[in-house]
Amino acid sequence: MLDYILRRLALMVLTLFGASVAIFLLLRIVPGNIADILFDSAGMIDPAEKQQIIKDLGLDLPLVEQYARWIGGLAHGDLGYSYVSEKPVLDEILPRIPITARLAGLALLFAVCTGVPFGVISAVRQNSWLDYILRVFSLLFLSMPSFWLGLLVLMAFVNWFGILPIYDKAPPTWGAFALMLGVPAATVGLRSSALIMRLTRSSMLEVLRQDYVRTARSKGLSEGAVTFVHALRNAVLPVITTIGIETAFLFGGLIVTETVFNIPGVARFLVEAIRWRDYPMVQNLVMFIAVIVVMVNLIVDIAYMFVDPRIRLRA
Amino acid sequence: MMRSRLWLAVACLLATMGSAVAQKQGGTLRVTHRDNPPSASVLEEATISTLMPFMAVFNNLVVFDPATRENRLDRVVPDLATSWALTDDDRTLTFQLRDGVKWHDGKPFTSADVKCTFDMLSGKVASKMRKNPHKTWWFNVKDIATDGDNKVVFHLTDPQPSIMALFAAGFSPIYPCHVPAAEMRTHPIGTGPFKFVEFKQNESIKLVRNPDYWKPGRPYLDAIEYTIIPNRATMLLAMATGKFDLTFTSDLTPELMKSLQEQAPETQCVLQPTGTQGNLLVNRERPPFDNEQIRRAMVLSIDRKAFSDILSRGIFDVGGVDLPPPEGRWGWSKEFMETVPGYGADVEKSRDEGRRIMKSLGYGPDNMLPLKVSTRNIPDYRDAAVILIDHLKSVYIQAELEPLDSSVWYARLARKDFSVGMNIQGISIDDPDATFFENYLCGSERNYTSYCNADLEKKFHEQSQMKDLDARRKLVWDIDKTLQMDAARPVVFHAKAATCWWPRVHGINIAMNTIYNHWRFEDVWLDQ
Repeated sequence: MLDYILRRLALMVLTLFGASVAIFLLLRIVPGNIADILFDSAGMIDPAEKQQIIKDLGLDLPLVEQYARWIGGLAHGDLGYSYVSEKPVLDEILPRIPITARLAGLALLFAVCTGVPFGVISAVRQNSWLDYILRVFSLLFLSMPSFWLGLLVLMAFVNWFGILPIYDKAPPTWGAFALMLGVPAATVGLRSSALIMRLTRSSMLEVLRQDYVRTARSKGLSEGAVTFVHALRNAVLPVITTIGIETAFLFGGLIVTETVFNIPGVARFLVEAIRWRDYPMVQNLVMFIAVIVVMVNLIVDIAYMFVDPRIRLRA
Repeated sequence: MMRSRLWLAVACLLATMGSAVAQKQGGTLRVTHRDNPPSASVLEEATISTLMPFMAVFNNLVVFDPATRENRLDRVVPDLATSWALTDDDRTLTFQLRDGVKWHDGKPFTSADVKCTFDMLSGKVASKMRKNPHKTWWFNVKDIATDGDNKVVFHLTDPQPSIMALFAAGFSPIYPCHVPAAEMRTHPIGTGPFKFVEFKQNESIKLVRNPDYWKPGRPYLDAIEYTIIPNRATMLLAMATGKFDLTFTSDLTPELMKSLQEQAPETQCVLQPTGTQGNLLVNRERPPFDNEQIRRAMVLSIDRKAFSDILSRGIFDVGGVDLPPPEGRWGWSKEFMETVPGYGADVEKSRDEGRRIMKSLGYGPDNMLPLKVSTRNIPDYRDAAVILIDHLKSVYIQAELEPLDSSVWYARLARKDFSVGMNIQGISIDDPDATFFENYLCGSERNYTSYCNADLEKKFHEQSQMKDLDARRKLVWDIDKTLQMDAARPVVFHAKAATCWWPRVHGINIAMNTIYNHWRFEDVWLDQ
């Protein structure tokens, strides 16, 4: 088992190295650099001033040296300075991480807590009116773009309740705080919830037809015990895989949701940093996201071992 | 009779007292902000995104009277300078400075700060400023000298009455000599009514009341908080629900303004010229656009009214380089505009002339001139470019849209790596000394089309030295006409947009001819 985890960890390091090179090179392939964009707001470019900015920021150095400086800094916990705010990258990122982490965590929790039970209900009540309704809604949420859904939710809250659940540094009441957290999380989690529901349903339908389920029923076990103990445990493996993948996809949804709900999190900040070609900020933020995604996948791999004894034995 | 007069006098007195004591102290003004300002340094930027939130941190030598709506030369009033005087030859301008003013960090404000600010701006000394977008404004400043701590003397190369308008512009605040330029970009120090507290990238900007402000009793507000909301729909909903007191200036298109007032009828809005104009860029160094006739045909194809109708339901103004009246001081009158080729009401007649020119050059319906119209890939630019492409077809030009990322746009303009472009640019002060020198002077960084006309340049200087406003206006109109006829950078429209606020906000006085001023908020108060 330890060998399995160590192998996964080694793969993780390799993946992160590849990601760092890809991020670094891709950023520099994209046309335009910070020096050009800094002049955007001035409506002109002064070649001498531009050259000075490029020199000051070390953008005239060879790519290998720039990469080595970045990785060397990372190893020492020095993430460099933002080109735009001229503040340490760590100071800019750190306050935003909890905001996004909370939103992502809640969204994932919402997705799992609604997706899995509804998937089970839909499978158990196959071809009933409840199944049809759940399938229609899951299709609807899967095909609805996050930004549109977000705006609809905002407009609905304004029109029906006269409140706007956008980010507030100091929400006046606990209710406002709960709404401020819950509504965006539900909005971003709906797509994942729909996906998890559909996957749980199809996986459950397959498992419910297995011989061991029939055996469990013939033993006289209650329907609940058959469904949740025997069927769901076997059906949940592909769902766990999907949760791992969805964590990565969640960041895409978060960018839109953070913009619509005006949440000052990492995802929205990343988009702005890319627009500005703020290399230190983008590199470190994308690396941070890569680490999270790789870590979640490691956790998923480890979870497999606990859920499925065959993997544990093979490991 | 005597008694009624007495009552009237008492009523007037009470009304005056009422308005004098009506202002309430305290409260935080919550303002929306459209995007993340590139920095907090007003001198280094040319965008309203920086100017509006940070103008309140600073003072100028002089300002346009904040109580009036029109920024004009005869309404310049003291700010850090208490008085000013010109010598008989109009070449030496002396400012007497206010005594006892302190920077927000407690250090005293002196004439050295004024000298150092304008030495930096005019490029006389090397500075650590990353950019100096308004350097051309100070072309006439020969040198600056101090005379003690409270007097500063500007020596001008030539007389320039309009220089006072430039001193009063929002982009001309006085910076402290002792604070490095890099710090001014992140933590500005000024003498203004509000002190900088924090600027969280992509999130918010906070200013608090300066208790030591030199103007007694001001400001009324305790703080100003800007929240950056890039999404227009969210901003509109937030404003409609009363989460904010004031919108970012000219952030609402006429349509959005209508929508807000439907949702929140109590809100007050002012539709004003944004100071931005759409113009056509033709690279006169790149064939076949080096041919004056082709440039002329392109200009004749433009239907300016159609631009205004499509983009703003007819609200945008049509004019030349300078902002048209009634808001603008220097723009053409309607009668004069009719005399400018391409500006007449009969667009088809202009297009016939354009087609005749193109035919004489060998182009026609079966042999259209292909070209790319480059523009920034943001809606305001793209929409205008699409209309332009449609208009160009009328003179046998088959254009294709080339949308460019903002990061590439100015780099391409600087390299002159474009044939035809649709551009939108801001004019921060309603004065020809700013517009002509910034955009049409040979070699100016903002002269994207490299237009260079030595004779006209002499006229730029000539108008700049004129004291007689009517004579100057006549010359300015002629210069503007020549610029349009030469297709230097044909102006297509002058944009308008709205600023809105809730009735609880008092003391907002939006200038009618610029959005780049009147954001010091020292007279603003909240009734709550």
